Amino acid sequence: MTSPSSSRDRVLGRVRAALAEAPEPSEVTRDYLVSHTPDDPAAVVDLLHENLADYRAGVHRSTRDGLPALIGKLLAAHDAATVVVPPGLPGAWLADSDARQRLDDVPLTPHELDSADAVVTGCALAVAETGTVVLDAGPGQGRRALTLIPDLHICVVDVPGQVVASLPRALPRLDPARPTTWISGPSATSDIELDRVEGVHGPRTLEVVLVVD
Amino acid sequence: MSGTYLGMPAFPRAARDAVRDTTLRGNLRHATHTIRDKRARAVAELDDWAALREAGKRIKDHTLRHLDRYLVRVEEAVTAAGGTVHWAADAEEANRIVADLVKATGESEVVKVKSMATQETGLNEALEAEGIRAYETDLAELIVQLGKDRPSHILVPAIHRNRGEIRDIFRSEMGEWGRPAPEGLTDTPAELAEAARLHLREKFLRAKVGISGANFMVAETGTLVVVESEGNGRMCLTLPETLISVVGIEKVIPTWRDLEVFLQLLPRSSTAERMNPYTSMWTGTTDGDGPRAFHLVLLDNGRTDTLADEVGRQALRCIRCSACLNVCPVYERAGGHAYGSVYPGPIGAILSPQLRGTGSEIDASLPYASSLCGACYEVCPVAIDIPEVLVHLREKVADQGGAGHRLERAAMRTATWLLDHPAALNAAERLASSTRKLHPKRLPGPGARQWTNSRDLPDLPAEPFRDWWKKNHA
Amino acid sequence: MRVALFATCVNDALYPSTAIATVKVLERLGVEVDFPAAQTCCGQPQYNTGYRRATEPLVLRTARAFEGYDHVVTPSGSCVAMVRDNYPRIGAKAVAEGRGRELAGAAASLVPHVYELTEFLVDVLGVTDVGACFPHTVTYHPSCHGLRMLGLGDRPRRLLEAVRGLELVELPGAEECCGFGGTFAVKNADVSEAMGEDKIRNAMSTGADVLCGADNSCLMHIGGMLRRQDAPQRALHLAEILASTEEEPLR
Repeated sequence: MTSPSSSRDRVLGRVRAALAEAPEPSEVTRDYLVSHTPDDPAAVVDLLHENLADYRAGVHRSTRDGLPALIGKLLAAHDAATVVVPPGLPGAWLADSDARQRLDDVPLTPHELDSADAVVTGCALAVAETGTVVLDAGPGQGRRALTLIPDLHICVVDVPGQVVASLPRALPRLDPARPTTWISGPSATSDIELDRVEGVHGPRTLEVVLVVD
Repeated sequence: MSGTYLGMPAFPRAARDAVRDTTLRGNLRHATHTIRDKRARAVAELDDWAALREAGKRIKDHTLRHLDRYLVRVEEAVTAAGGTVHWAADAEEANRIVADLVKATGESEVVKVKSMATQETGLNEALEAEGIRAYETDLAELIVQLGKDRPSHILVPAIHRNRGEIRDIFRSEMGEWGRPAPEGLTDTPAELAEAARLHLREKFLRAKVGISGANFMVAETGTLVVVESEGNGRMCLTLPETLISVVGIEKVIPTWRDLEVFLQLLPRSSTAERMNPYTSMWTGTTDGDGPRAFHLVLLDNGRTDTLADEVGRQALRCIRCSACLNVCPVYERAGGHAYGSVYPGPIGAILSPQLRGTGSEIDASLPYASSLCGACYEVCPVAIDIPEVLVHLREKVADQGGAGHRLERAAMRTATWLLDHPAALNAAERLASSTRKLHPKRLPGPGARQWTNSRDLPDLPAEPFRDWWKKNHA
Repeated sequence: MRVALFATCVNDALYPSTAIATVKVLERLGVEVDFPAAQTCCGQPQYNTGYRRATEPLVLRTARAFEGYDHVVTPSGSCVAMVRDNYPRIGAKAVAEGRGRELAGAAASLVPHVYELTEFLVDVLGVTDVGACFPHTVTYHPSCHGLRMLGLGDRPRRLLEAVRGLELVELPGAEECCGFGGTFAVKNADVSEAMGEDKIRNAMSTGADVLCGADNSCLMHIGGMLRRQDAPQRALHLAEILASTEEEPLR
């Protein structure tokens, strides 16, 4: 039995002993590309669209004015009777939907979230080259559990303001202190004969709406 | 490492049974060929793959060279963000820390994200002994757990099972652990995944304690990163009140920016995707979002021994992508269980004998479980020269002597003497050539017997080349 | 041009026909060939089995045997890989162990001058058509050392494609190891055999008369399995195909 502090000292001591004779390795190089995509906003959005769809997300384009109707249509198409609403979601987004709204101002329990059919959120940004939307629990996104338990997640992306081409362009725009969730399509598994199946524990369906201002 | 693997037979014996199992051979061949081809396509999409690989390698080497500094930094950052950091010198200590933390919550069950580190320490068995039930939630880990089986692959632990076998396990075992499998469950992957969803959903919703590993820890910010596909990771990292992450000390990377390298290298190398469906990043605790208590257990368990070896330490660069398993011709035929460790395949063959030492029969045999074909090195996203380390470890095993190695050493010395005396070598060649009509097709004795079991020996020539040369070119 | 032939121990004792073919091809192209008699074995079997110290006398012997030659040519990719990749390592380890610089010096003196046969023909002589004739169907197995360590790429294929009468057919799974792996073949005989079975099944599926390779140690394993199964296909070293001409066809 060792006391916690001495384990810390032991491990660090072993690390230092192991490195006593170790030479300094070659300096870190960063010869990789900052982006693999031409610097053309339209091309970047097209790539985002293509890559999201490739990993089985539904992708839609809409104007700001057409958004409420599109969200209403998507909720209805999936027979969503209840929809979870994160704090700070613009009220207008759900103006054309009949689904019962469950606002998460007093946190819903996991079982309450489980009984809801859908959730609508914004995002922090989207990455075109990987077909990813990133959530950082900001206004209109809510806490992480909201986009995890309901079967349908509708995620709204502002184009071009929230779209970046690549990972090297994405990371500097995020705050490491906030919990972030990177979402590339609906949940999936390849655990059975490496045959990809969508919809395991997370949402079965991801619908991404690209809103052009 | 886990007691499960103590007293495992040496690799060649375990592999012999696997090679003869036609179902297993078919399952492995199908799976590894599928994923290796997909990986090649995913990697080919990026023109700068070689530069990313070099950056990944160098970032890891730099981190390992200054590991003490980065561990202290990650500890400071996690603590400042509301987390608690624990240090575990070995598996036993890690398990005890986790068991005590779970007991302090008053809970008797935990949900787990797939984690190599907790497999390595045998955490589930240790918790079981303390009256705590650990539920694996990754689909493949669930298949392994329900089947009272062992994982055989880093990324897809149930790669040795086909859909029919999985359906049978679900039908017979799910009821023992919770919600039974649906009536009339078929073997389609979609239905099997749905059965797992229903079975685990109730566990996720009531879970109070989650246990995970991590793919990366960022020293600069104290951020932990878990890369996954199914959403079971998000469930375990988000819904419980207490989260305990057990992470090997080699998983630290210096800066937030470094993620731009590894989040490109890892998904394409492992699942052959541009990006895996879900990546979770968290820094300590966050008010009103996710666990209220976060504990990070930093695990040594042989990593510092590995770090001390100037050739072998490169194994600590490993980001557990499993690309080397998927291209390995030996893994493809022997299967994961033959490696007697949670780390199978080429990376296992260099990692296990370093983490555990080469004292046991299985660990002394692992460095030889390779034809040195180099396919693993070619695909490794952090450029671990696995063949180099294998040969280096063979030297260690040969130096310690033991079963067969004394005889082998004598034979090698004799061969070297002969090869260092060309006249004697020439005499031996002539003797062999002149008696060639007398050589049988199958030979007895160690080595020769194994060779002639399945292969003819080459016909000896009438004369060695050096005699031909003397006659024709002197 | 004058080159030293590095015959290798396997070719000297078991496959002299490959070494003879190499001499013939080089001489046909106007190259003068020497065979320094002090050469024996590069030490690869010892080194790869974990006997580094037992390898050292052979490193020194090999380096000395070829001293003074700008081009040392060998019909064996794995021996070139041994010299190129491992001689410097053996030298560096000896230095680190405080045993002087002799081995490191030996490695440095030899490494830049060693060429695998197809490298020498294509890169140094700039030749792909060596004037060979071999009217048979051939499938080519690129051995791992040549493929991955030396990066021989399409050099062997280009040489084969220029051979008159030769029909080259694609080998499925060509880049997979055949399972020889030196002492691996006896230490892990079951896995080695399983790998070999798959390799010869792929080779026979091509219907080719000949499975061609550029490394006789692999061909000893593949060819030994083909013969044990009385297969209608023979394993043959690339050099012997390149040496075959209309006037002197390969038997």
